[in-house]
Amino acid sequence: MENQLNIIFQAKKITKRFGGITALDTVNLDVHAGKVNVIVGENGAGKSTLMKILSGVYPDYEGDLFLNGEKVNFNNPKEASLKGIAIIHQELNLVPYLSITENIFLGREIHNSFGILDTKQMQAKTKELLSRLDCHLNPKTLISQLRVGEQQLIEIAKALIEDAKVVIMDEPTSAISDSEVESLFRIIDSLKKQNVSILYISHKLDELFLIADRFIGLRDGKTVGTIENVEGATKDDLIRLMVGRDIKNKYQKDAVKLGDDVLTVENIGLPNVGSKLKYIIKDINFTLKKGEVLGIFGLMGAGRTELLETIFGLHPKVMAGRVVIDNEEVKIKSVADAIKNGLGLVPEDRKEDGLVLQMEISKNTSMASINGVVKNGFLNHKLEAELSKKYIEALKIKTPSEKQLAKNLSGGNQQKVVLAKWLATKPKVLFLDEPTRGIDVNAKNEIYHLINNLAKEGLGIVVVSSELPEIMTISDRILVLSNSKISGEFNQENASEESIMQAATL
Amino acid sequence: MTDVKSTLVKFQSIIALLVLCIVLTILSDKFFTMENGWNIARQISINVCISVGMTLVILTKGIDLSVGSMLAFSGAIVAGLLKFGLEFPSINTFVGFTVFGAILAGLIVGGGLGVFNGWMITKFKVPPFVATLAMLTIARGATMLWTGGFPITGLGDNFAFIGTGWFLGIPMPVWITTVVVAFAVILTKKTKFGRHIYAIGGNESAARLSGININKVKIWVYAIAGILAAVGGIILTSRLDSAQPNAGMSYELDSIAAVVIGGTSLSGGRGSIMGTVQGALIIGVLNSGLVLLNVSPFWQQIIKGFVILIAVIMDRLNHPAED
Repeated sequence: MENQLNIIFQAKKITKRFGGITALDTVNLDVHAGKVNVIVGENGAGKSTLMKILSGVYPDYEGDLFLNGEKVNFNNPKEASLKGIAIIHQELNLVPYLSITENIFLGREIHNSFGILDTKQMQAKTKELLSRLDCHLNPKTLISQLRVGEQQLIEIAKALIEDAKVVIMDEPTSAISDSEVESLFRIIDSLKKQNVSILYISHKLDELFLIADRFIGLRDGKTVGTIENVEGATKDDLIRLMVGRDIKNKYQKDAVKLGDDVLTVENIGLPNVGSKLKYIIKDINFTLKKGEVLGIFGLMGAGRTELLETIFGLHPKVMAGRVVIDNEEVKIKSVADAIKNGLGLVPEDRKEDGLVLQMEISKNTSMASINGVVKNGFLNHKLEAELSKKYIEALKIKTPSEKQLAKNLSGGNQQKVVLAKWLATKPKVLFLDEPTRGIDVNAKNEIYHLINNLAKEGLGIVVVSSELPEIMTISDRILVLSNSKISGEFNQENASEESIMQAATL
Repeated sequence: MTDVKSTLVKFQSIIALLVLCIVLTILSDKFFTMENGWNIARQISINVCISVGMTLVILTKGIDLSVGSMLAFSGAIVAGLLKFGLEFPSINTFVGFTVFGAILAGLIVGGGLGVFNGWMITKFKVPPFVATLAMLTIARGATMLWTGGFPITGLGDNFAFIGTGWFLGIPMPVWITTVVVAFAVILTKKTKFGRHIYAIGGNESAARLSGININKVKIWVYAIAGILAAVGGIILTSRLDSAQPNAGMSYELDSIAAVVIGGTSLSGGRGSIMGTVQGALIIGVLNSGLVLLNVSPFWQQIIKGFVILIAVIMDRLNHPAED
């Protein structure tokens, strides 16, 4: 009985599916009043989905939410915030050219009966709110003039104006500097004293011990346990909570005999123009052999994608370092250069960056190797059809014909079309950025087999993935990125989920 | 059933055109005559030339508001060079121009203005709407400067042949337009460059990551739009035997209308040259028919506006997925 009084907000047996994929599976969660409740879990564990349900972004799910023991149902974030549940998203949602006051009162402006805004009252209330957060910014300041940490504070103030009882924070420290983190933690402390409950998500395990009152582990869409006694807990306990899983993946990589060095990169760096971190990635060195699958693991924001992009010539003006292909130094200043030198990049977001969705499979396939289907100066549609048919067969793309529009294919088949596009350029090295993101288990296994087969044919492959089990099954060797640098290197023998996660959170 | 529907959708502008022609033939005995046919063809030839360039621009998700002004400026350049030549008093030199030389100069000027548009858009990231809006007033002002605000007339019979002559029983402007259209159809359907245009409009990021040089393609597209505006300017100047300083005013609107009625999506990546030709035909036939039926010019404009709306609504219904 006493226990129940302490639980302000509760989720019971929450299940959420997207199409055929179960993102959350009968999740139970208790938010203890006046405490900092921390959710830990690796990428894709379902943390963000859960937060979106709790804050009314996803109104349809199975299971129930209880606020103060009373069943609640939010149709949208506004209803949630009126009931006292506020969320501070990872990406800030402020209007840059409006003032602090205007942002805080956006959508809930105070006005008189003629519809004229009562600016004075709003300014005063803003001032009061900000002082609760120990912040003394002028309420008239434009958001665009604030630093990221200050903007985050405004988001928190925005949450408090509705008298929030539970504040959800999704990776709040991912974009702010160390001193800003300190002041954020002070604010969290004072919110606690004002009896506001916090639900906090973060990857940065070390800093969690500074604020957490309890930990909740989420893994593969399920709650796997809690740590109520933070005093005795260690980082290892947290990692175990995040990753300790049963191996249930059936895919087994075939051994491939490695050939000569095909790609060597030296001191690759990418400066972060105009931000607190001086480098997005710095001093990255590695060598890739023919037939090798090199996995690159890192948590959100570790610079995984940027590393591939930099080598691929997408940041030619600012990049640092040397690229050697087949023992010859090459200068890659554009994507065209990269293709010429035998590099291919399957991007992370196939819909945004990989495909022209309203184009046919055949046209998407030939896009990066269009000269191969030009005859006497003109496009030859027969050659083009042959090229795409070849890959439809080789990659087992499920489609009635090569004339099918890319947008009508399933995620897995779309990914294969992007692969086909790059295989058609006859690359020596293929970069795959999150190759199985958002596709179902069977298609995932098919992609794994394809990667394995390509390696057997002598292709050097670099795979970036944020899924630990994936990277461990498909890679010969794993590099871990953390804080813009390589923080660990593992081979098949010494790689374990715990050790990789350790390196990723260094 | 779905086959019938998709066929109807595919040929909707042709069907609309046929229906329009049949209705007008019934309503007016002057409509379905050889003479009126050539009239319409001659009248739309300039719009078709401009609209072909506009189609390429819009396929890349751009817009070109400056075509009318580029048309006027190029036409004035051709007329001025033909009539007065170029004088360089400081070095005491005079350069005269043949018809061919003057036309070439006009095309180069049009292309140059287009390159400038493309350069602003790609290098300085000026949105196409703004860059070409600026060019609209720049080129118009340049036209005024070059002509002193007065028409340049009396350009000779050789030059007049381009706009008023006949060849093998077909008016010259129709020949020119046919060549332009044929060139553009091949360009869009059969060349690498054309494919790149569609790819950029469909998904610029995917196109860039496939090694396509986005800036180069865009600059070329705006250059072609400028050259084709110049072609239109040459036809117009020749037909009137006069370069008017305010020629081509609001031609960009008719041109965009033709492109849109022809089913090219303003969000890029989808559409065709032949669609635009049909769009221009619909506008041309409608104009001619309304004149023959003595509909007041005020009503003509209102009707044209509604035709544009109907065309776009039909297009939206057929392609619901795009926003």
